Amino acid sequence: MNSQLRRVISAAVLGSLALSALVGCGEDTKSGSDSKTVTLVTHDSFAASKAVLKEFTKETGYKVRVQAGGDAGAAVNQAILSKGHPQGDVFFGVDNTLLSRTLDNDLFSPYTAKGLDKVPAALQLDRAEHRVTPVDFGDICVNYDRKYFADKKLTPPRTLDDLTKPAYKNLLVTENAATSSPGLGFLLATAAKYGDDGWQGYWKKLRANGVEVVDGWEQAYYDRFSGSAGGGKGDRPLVVSYASSPPAEVADAKTKPGQAPTGVATGTCFRQVEFAGLLNGAGNTKGGKALLDFLLSKRFQEDVPLNMYVNPVREDAKLPELFSRYGVRIADSATLAPQKIAKNREPWVKTWSSLVL
Amino acid sequence: MVLAGPVEPRENRKAAGGHRKAGTAGKADGGGRRAIALRLALMAVPLAFFAVFFAYPVAAIVTRGLRVGGQWRFGRIGEVVTDPATLDVLWFTCWQAVASTALTLAVALPGAYVFARFDFPGKGLLRAVVTVPFVLPTVVAGSAFLALLGRGGVLDELWGMRFDTSVWAILLAHVFFNYAVVVRTVGGLWAQLDPRQEEAARVLGASRLSAWRRVTLPALAPAVAAAALMVFLFTFTSFGVIQILGGPRYATLEVAIYRETAQLLDLPTAAVLTLIQFAAVAAVLALHAWTVRRRESALRLVDPGRTARRPKGPAQWALLWGVLAVVALLIVTPLAVLVERSLNGPDGYGFTYYEALRSAADSGGTFFVAPLEAVGNSLWYAAVATVFALVVGGLAAAALTRRPGRLVRGFDALLMLPLGTSAVTVGFGFLIALDEPPLDLRASWVLVPLAQALVGVPFVVRTMLPVLRAVDHRLREAAAVLGASPWRVWREVDLPLVGRAVAVAAGFAFAVSLGEFGATVFIARPDHPTLPVAIARFLGRAGQLTYGQAMALSTILMLVCAGSLLALERIRTDRSGEF
Repeated sequence: MNSQLRRVISAAVLGSLALSALVGCGEDTKSGSDSKTVTLVTHDSFAASKAVLKEFTKETGYKVRVQAGGDAGAAVNQAILSKGHPQGDVFFGVDNTLLSRTLDNDLFSPYTAKGLDKVPAALQLDRAEHRVTPVDFGDICVNYDRKYFADKKLTPPRTLDDLTKPAYKNLLVTENAATSSPGLGFLLATAAKYGDDGWQGYWKKLRANGVEVVDGWEQAYYDRFSGSAGGGKGDRPLVVSYASSPPAEVADAKTKPGQAPTGVATGTCFRQVEFAGLLNGAGNTKGGKALLDFLLSKRFQEDVPLNMYVNPVREDAKLPELFSRYGVRIADSATLAPQKIAKNREPWVKTWSSLVL
Repeated sequence: MVLAGPVEPRENRKAAGGHRKAGTAGKADGGGRRAIALRLALMAVPLAFFAVFFAYPVAAIVTRGLRVGGQWRFGRIGEVVTDPATLDVLWFTCWQAVASTALTLAVALPGAYVFARFDFPGKGLLRAVVTVPFVLPTVVAGSAFLALLGRGGVLDELWGMRFDTSVWAILLAHVFFNYAVVVRTVGGLWAQLDPRQEEAARVLGASRLSAWRRVTLPALAPAVAAAALMVFLFTFTSFGVIQILGGPRYATLEVAIYRETAQLLDLPTAAVLTLIQFAAVAAVLALHAWTVRRRESALRLVDPGRTARRPKGPAQWALLWGVLAVVALLIVTPLAVLVERSLNGPDGYGFTYYEALRSAADSGGTFFVAPLEAVGNSLWYAAVATVFALVVGGLAAAALTRRPGRLVRGFDALLMLPLGTSAVTVGFGFLIALDEPPLDLRASWVLVPLAQALVGVPFVVRTMLPVLRAVDHRLREAAAVLGASPWRVWREVDLPLVGRAVAVAAGFAFAVSLGEFGATVFIARPDHPTLPVAIARFLGRAGQLTYGQAMALSTILMLVCAGSLLALERIRTDRSGEF
């Protein structure tokens, strides 16, 4: 019997060996530590043209490996948890609502990227120390369904105050500020406009005017909003989305219409700036710095709009026709200092939930 | 494993329960020790797997939350536990899981019967179709469900009924997602029960109901309990369904843990919530173990091909049509909505979105991945995860076959825990625990199938165990007496009888891996996304074409899932001669 027992045990051992061999195979394919590769840690909406990334490899000799982990919030938190032991060399995708969290946690090493002089000072939120480099910005704004307002012969709303008027009763759908980044952005827009003690009153009015709250952007935009061509038959003509959503709506149309089917209420916007930084403890510091320079280069900056539907931070970067024709430049987007957002985010979201949900 | 000498069958049963006759004590002790050693050897692989890829990462993330600056902060537990908001979440999580499980059983048990006992055209295809919801990303399925239940949905237009943002939408969606769990787990055993036993009871004068209640139901109880347990764990940790259909007003523990971990980075609170989740799951597992302990018994298993026949009489036809109607309304309609949306392009019906998927991949952004490549990634990950799950789960089930002692029952429960653990806890745990050599797997592709296998193993164990325990032990003994080695006994007695269960288990593990999103999204490499990850990417953007592409990819995922399951069923049918 012992021989049979031995056979079973050896089968078990063989099994675990096979498992670990497979695991080992996996390790072989990873190439994070060699100096010809630079690893970009980011969120899963990061995108760039393959041709542009190839150009970087041609110029510098470094190959870019992209490592993504969930949405923007999850990616930032993962980077913080693996602090000092980072998954890569450069992190891209922390925005002004999360910036303080990364700076307080000492995630980045200072580096002044080439081309920073071409970036407006207002977007350089860490101007004193250059721990992070601005790469792109976008605006979270209320979008409206042009057809609905034309059919009803109603002027679309323009400002936050307009949204509380009876004419727009039961028309707006927004996202949960606790779980969705446009939802939080919209809350911050109202806090910037009405002040620390005023926004609560605004939301009470908004609630009385029939605002609907759903959990995520996908449900708001595709299931509830009437202006999106994709998705179900929503019946709300106003939605909290992005200033770049109208260009995105026409991006794939074969025959380009005169104007996008949706418009932007320009007085309802909150500005989101996305940053990149050199991770502390990076294996390839030199490559990381080269990558940061590249992210600010004109070539990459002009590639940003059509890949991620955000605006380049460089003033001399040319916008693609889709953006210049169907997009709007928001002149007076609301902003709040990152420290202030960090301090108030949780209590505000709690108050907001109790007021609106 | 080896028992000496011919013994009376009844005493044998007892022997399996731990009592032995004095006369055989000497030999049995040697055999007993060997049996224990064998069982430990079988358990070694699953134990190592769970220690490294589950217990260690989860412990790491919980410890990170509760230990600040080298000191344990247990005070946090009290604060979180007594917070009324936590209690609300816990209460909602529990009652919706209980209600969903009860509703799923009520709706799906007749289905399990029909699939097990009736022959009708297209049965194999339909069995694959009801499993499809199981793999769909909840974002996609939730949206399809809204099209059925929501404003302007099918029910709204027909009868003016709307269920969106009500608890009913959540419960019905849970039935939609978990129907297959009951049909496959219970139906798998039901098809193999010898109908002659029930017939004998009828002949002896029992009414149809009491024959069913006294003969069939007790035999089925372990499988029903196993299915109920899995549905409960799935709905207990429900995430996407709650968010989409419940709106922001409803939150489960899973949702709360996701918020605290991935968004607020409040690890202490997340750690306490994770512990609460563990405690609740452990309580349920204990309850399950207690109810099933004395129910599992040796059964007469027969070839399922021989138990199924065409329905007879109006009652059976009505039952068949009733089940088909429920399947059509609850499962096929939402799936059809997705297919319809994937074909309904800007210029009418056609394959615009499918073509766009193909051409977008050539045009060169890193955002786009060729659909074939995503299908390839998904199939490869799922195949590897299925192998992991079958090896780990199969060994575990073999070790658990004999009536277990307390230690082994604990092991059984440990295997179920991943189902009751938040995906974000596992995903983040992997990240902070598997970051040092020799286990620096953070950048390795193998993390994905490993995480998926964690969810697959419980299915393998739960589908195989009731059948393995139902195998009459006397068959094994007879083989052993005739000189067969334990390996040969397993191969020639157990394996043929559980072949069907293995196929069912493999199908589950494969489907679970195909659809896994919660943990995969944190660890999949962006240049090698699985289908659900690629779908989520498309859905995150505005535009008719990107939405259509998400629907097209979802349809492809459905086809891949149904196709793989049908192929698995084919393998089973080919081997049914062994029964």
